[in-house]
Amino acid sequence: MQLTAVETLITILAIALGTMITRFTPFILFPESKEPSKTIVYLGKVLPPAMMGLLVVYCLKGFSIESATHGIPEALAIGFIIVLHKWKNNVLLSIGGGTLLYMVLLQIVFA
Amino acid sequence: MKERKQKEFVKAFKAAFPNTIPVLTGFIVLGMAYGVLMNTKGYGVVWAVLMSAIAFCGSMQFVAITLLTAAFDPLQAFLLSLMVNARHLFYGIAMLEKYKGLGKIRPFLIYVLCDETFSISSSVEPPEGISRKYFYFSISFLDYSYWVIGTFIGGLLGNVVTFNTTGLDFVLTALFVVLFLEQWKERQNRVSGLIGIGGTILSLVFFGPNNLVIPAMIIILTILMIGRNKVCNLQQWKH
Repeated sequence: MQLTAVETLITILAIALGTMITRFTPFILFPESKEPSKTIVYLGKVLPPAMMGLLVVYCLKGFSIESATHGIPEALAIGFIIVLHKWKNNVLLSIGGGTLLYMVLLQIVFA
Repeated sequence: MKERKQKEFVKAFKAAFPNTIPVLTGFIVLGMAYGVLMNTKGYGVVWAVLMSAIAFCGSMQFVAITLLTAAFDPLQAFLLSLMVNARHLFYGIAMLEKYKGLGKIRPFLIYVLCDETFSISSSVEPPEGISRKYFYFSISFLDYSYWVIGTFIGGLLGNVVTFNTTGLDFVLTALFVVLFLEQWKERQNRVSGLIGIGGTILSLVFFGPNNLVIPAMIIILTILMIGRNKVCNLQQWKH
């Protein structure tokens, strides 16, 4: 522990404050009582799929073609998830199956 | 009256829980890893849990470990937290409509609106006859608890999992992939889904893996705004 207790606590609060500003700002700028503009309504509809796309790429950013496994386990697992989800259409099954395959690939096949 | 409310809550809680199982897995594993890592830097379980419970910001907490092991600089901590967490701004805009009229629990829902809770709550609707308020509260509360409990276990006991967990954290990537596929089912979501993927890849190419989020947000927002009429036409809803 490099910082003192008080310094650590202040650091935690500073990080929390930064996080909470990013979480609360939209709700403060566009309060419930006010009718949101058409632009905001539009963004509210198109942002969820767009951000889901961002999160997928964000999660995979570390696995490049240059990495030891060339991103093959990730590609296989995601391909499997897509097929499984089309076939069985069960959210938990697809997530569980994809994760299991990824673990097997990493621990056994590419170990 | 009180009893009826309790029943309603239990019903909503039961309906919400299965949606959070992937997060349960991912957050216990990663929360534990965080608790263990904090321990190795000399920050005991109390500090790890305090950070998880108060700041509750996943990846930023891992980044923050470098701040806790350097000279005291709260301003840098604050600014870094703003930047790393900037994506929450878009989550808020996306959740304005869903989190409308939820009363006293609303501030809590906003306080704990992380990537995973956003993904689930923006993708699923409460089933027929289930209280919206309690349903979204349950998802948020469960996800939050998993993270704090995971941190607690890791900080207190160290790594207690005896099987090889290599690759288990992929469960959160899988969650995002599947929820993306769920969004994809609605034809009108496809254009913006592709804009999200394309914009982030573009940002990855130009800005590298470490600084990709804010440029990606700007690229996505710009395309969504410039192409607004086109996107609206493709989506077939009136505006």
